[in-house]
Amino acid sequence: MKRDEIILGGFGGQGIILAGYIMGKGASLFDKKHATHIQDYGPEARGGACRTEVVISDSRISYPYIDNPSILAVMSQEAYTKYSPRMRQDTVLLIDENLVKPKRRKHNRLFAIPATRIAQELGRTAVANVVMLGFITAVTKVVSVEAMKQAVLESVPKGTEELNMKAFDRGYSYGLEKLKTAEGEGK
Amino acid sequence: MSRRGPLVGEFFMNGDIACAEGGISAGCRFFAGYPITPATEVAERMSSRLPEVGGIYIQMEDELASMNAILGASWAGVKAMTATSGPGFSLMMENLGLGIMLETPCVLVNIQRAGPSTGLPTLTGQGDMMQARWGSHGCYGIIALSPTSPQECYQHTIKAFNLSEKYRIPVLVMADEIVGHMGEKVVIPPPEDIPLTPRRKPTVSPEEYLPYKPDADLIPPMANAGEGYRFHVTGLTHDERGYPVMTAEAQDRLVRRLVDKIEKNKADIIEIEEDGIDGADVVVCSYGISARVSQFAVERARDEGIKVGMLRLVTVWPFPEETIRKIAKRIKAFVVPEINCGQIALEVERCAGGAANTILVPHMGGSAHRPETIIDAIRRAVR
Amino acid sequence: MNQNGSEQKHYIDQYLREDRMPHIWCPGCGLGSILHCFLSSLIKSGIDMDKVVVVSGIGCTGRAAGYVKLDSFHTTHGRAIPFATGLKIANPELQVVVFSGDGDLIAIGGNHLIHAARRNIDMTVICVNNFNYGMTGGQLGPTTPLGARTQTSPIGNYERPFSLPYLAAASGAVYVARWTSMHVRRLEQTITEALLKRGFRFIEVIAPCPTTYGRRNRQPTGLDQMRYYRENSIIRHGADPKDVDIDLNGKIIVGKFIDIERPTYSDLLDEVMQRAFGTELPKDDTSKEEATVVGSAPK
Repeated sequence: MKRDEIILGGFGGQGIILAGYIMGKGASLFDKKHATHIQDYGPEARGGACRTEVVISDSRISYPYIDNPSILAVMSQEAYTKYSPRMRQDTVLLIDENLVKPKRRKHNRLFAIPATRIAQELGRTAVANVVMLGFITAVTKVVSVEAMKQAVLESVPKGTEELNMKAFDRGYSYGLEKLKTAEGEGK
Repeated sequence: MSRRGPLVGEFFMNGDIACAEGGISAGCRFFAGYPITPATEVAERMSSRLPEVGGIYIQMEDELASMNAILGASWAGVKAMTATSGPGFSLMMENLGLGIMLETPCVLVNIQRAGPSTGLPTLTGQGDMMQARWGSHGCYGIIALSPTSPQECYQHTIKAFNLSEKYRIPVLVMADEIVGHMGEKVVIPPPEDIPLTPRRKPTVSPEEYLPYKPDADLIPPMANAGEGYRFHVTGLTHDERGYPVMTAEAQDRLVRRLVDKIEKNKADIIEIEEDGIDGADVVVCSYGISARVSQFAVERARDEGIKVGMLRLVTVWPFPEETIRKIAKRIKAFVVPEINCGQIALEVERCAGGAANTILVPHMGGSAHRPETIIDAIRRAVR
Repeated sequence: MNQNGSEQKHYIDQYLREDRMPHIWCPGCGLGSILHCFLSSLIKSGIDMDKVVVVSGIGCTGRAAGYVKLDSFHTTHGRAIPFATGLKIANPELQVVVFSGDGDLIAIGGNHLIHAARRNIDMTVICVNNFNYGMTGGQLGPTTPLGARTQTSPIGNYERPFSLPYLAAASGAVYVARWTSMHVRRLEQTITEALLKRGFRFIEVIAPCPTTYGRRNRQPTGLDQMRYYRENSIIRHGADPKDVDIDLNGKIIVGKFIDIERPTYSDLLDEVMQRAFGTELPKDDTSKEEATVVGSAPK
């Protein structure tokens, strides 16, 4: 039984929960796997710590929580500090390098992307989460690129599809490049 | 904007939204509510969906009003629901009682959060299970369902509407914050594949109609307001005419029927799921999100060679007393994980009647159980 | 029975549940004549009686729903208005009348009253005000005048009461009137007029409660209270609702104070629906779900 466990962390307003939702949707509706998306939020509408968990499995998911993620993607220093201790040896760590400075020198499998800066280049900081999704897709292949793209298209507000596709593609090709150059920067 | 009818197909949605879509599929065309975390998304969804299907969403001034408004709408002949959580559920108890007394079909979704009082608004709990059974004053029968996933949120809401029409009673969907906010695939069949229970209408003339004269199954047919029956109904103890009668005899006759119409139809109402109970030494009995964590724990315990079965309560009320009684004779112990300090465990213990032990695995709320906690309890149970 | 010993039917009898008579109201109570005015107004209005729904809360006045031979609901204390709201907006064909007392509608149900008026829900509210909680034995209520003695203000009330027309008007009622139970013909005309109007209509009817209120406040019989109304009522149509407070055994300004037009809840709902959807009908939707709504701030 294959079970992928993904934690996405950041702060409220970055679209972290939406990113988790899109990932779960891609895996379940288009890759036809089982997927459970859990959101966790506090009273703040903006700025508070925010986390979402996605479990993707070949079989039915009874326990929906994650102790030690196989994939950790963080878009805030606070999220990094909070969740990186829960990493396993083989956890793939993905960070927005504009927002997160890893404390430990050596992460076995660290992949960094300037997601927020790329989003700014595209004209909308709001799509940083989709840049990150493209990056995660390229690096981890946890959801197929076709499924993820379709999920993005069907989840973002009408009229923003093109922008979001651009964002996804930028993140995705950045990820492919990273894979080519190294099996992870930590090595 | 365009008008979308009931959805058909596969969707990725959370439990709150699935409850709303279940309502739409069940023919619910009236929602009265009040925003409250973590049930707000049910109201939000209804506020966008009901206008699309020709229904009405109204945001009331509080939960007292919400509960009353859905009773009024139901008597106007429109299927109606509301959704709330802890503090709102407490306020709804008053007129849940009126709904029971007037025998009004409607659905109340409770996305449970941890209490008491304001408690943990954004985090889960299962502390309202006894309130669901006994929360309004007096004696009565009640029906409550407990979904474990968005798919079940969808299906249970439809089932709740069907049971409410069949038994003329408000039906409770007792979900919780985790299930309410959890995103999963929800399969929605075409409308023609969804069986719906119609309201039982009077077959006699308005002159002969008695609003509380039951059929053989203890359920009275129901006229709606404005249909010419000119009936009177009251929250006071009443006779078959709906007239108040302030006697112990009238009370006995009415309340006994309100209890019996559920009690005597238990076989039709109760739904449970059993897994590996034959030959088990211990059975985990749970519901809602706790049942999912329990299922995970049961599978781990089986890996250790423990003979453990799983009993999942799909309907929590009425309680499956007979099933528990029978299983109790064949096993050492029940393990009951729930996100409260012991509510359904008390029922299990009562029904087991000493034939098997009952081990409560309590959790004060804010998250689900850790699976290890349940596995430990299973290990203790077989020792 | 008339002199010949044959049954003589009164014209409102067909709308009364005779099998429930005698009613529970005390001798000298104003409710009988107010109910009579109401039924008489209903007949005069020409409204289809099958579409009339009477909703009451709890209390002496609340029992009115049980005496009318119409679709009628005797609900919980204070909740007649939200129950009626559900009935009316779920089926706009219904002619919904809330008939209840001051304790029920103004104290425990006060929040519902102001919100139904704010929304301009299409219903007529007849609020019978006897200045106290009669059914429970005469306790202080939100309408008890300053200084009045009740079971729970034995040395005199020191809470300022609500002026009901002022409250209703400020909350948004489109029709506000006040009479006493002595003004039967004027009350009948007012109720008839209100029934034929649309929007939230509020009629306060001051009524005697000799048993629990009058006898503690120097008006020991129903007749004394009626005499008080006759001598102290001042008809002043169009009076500003802020000027119609009632002092203990003081003057009572009566009349029609407010009669304005404002779109009802259903009017505005229809308008928004028309703007959003035109005449398009709902159709099954097989497209994929849009984004899940993310969290909201807790209450």
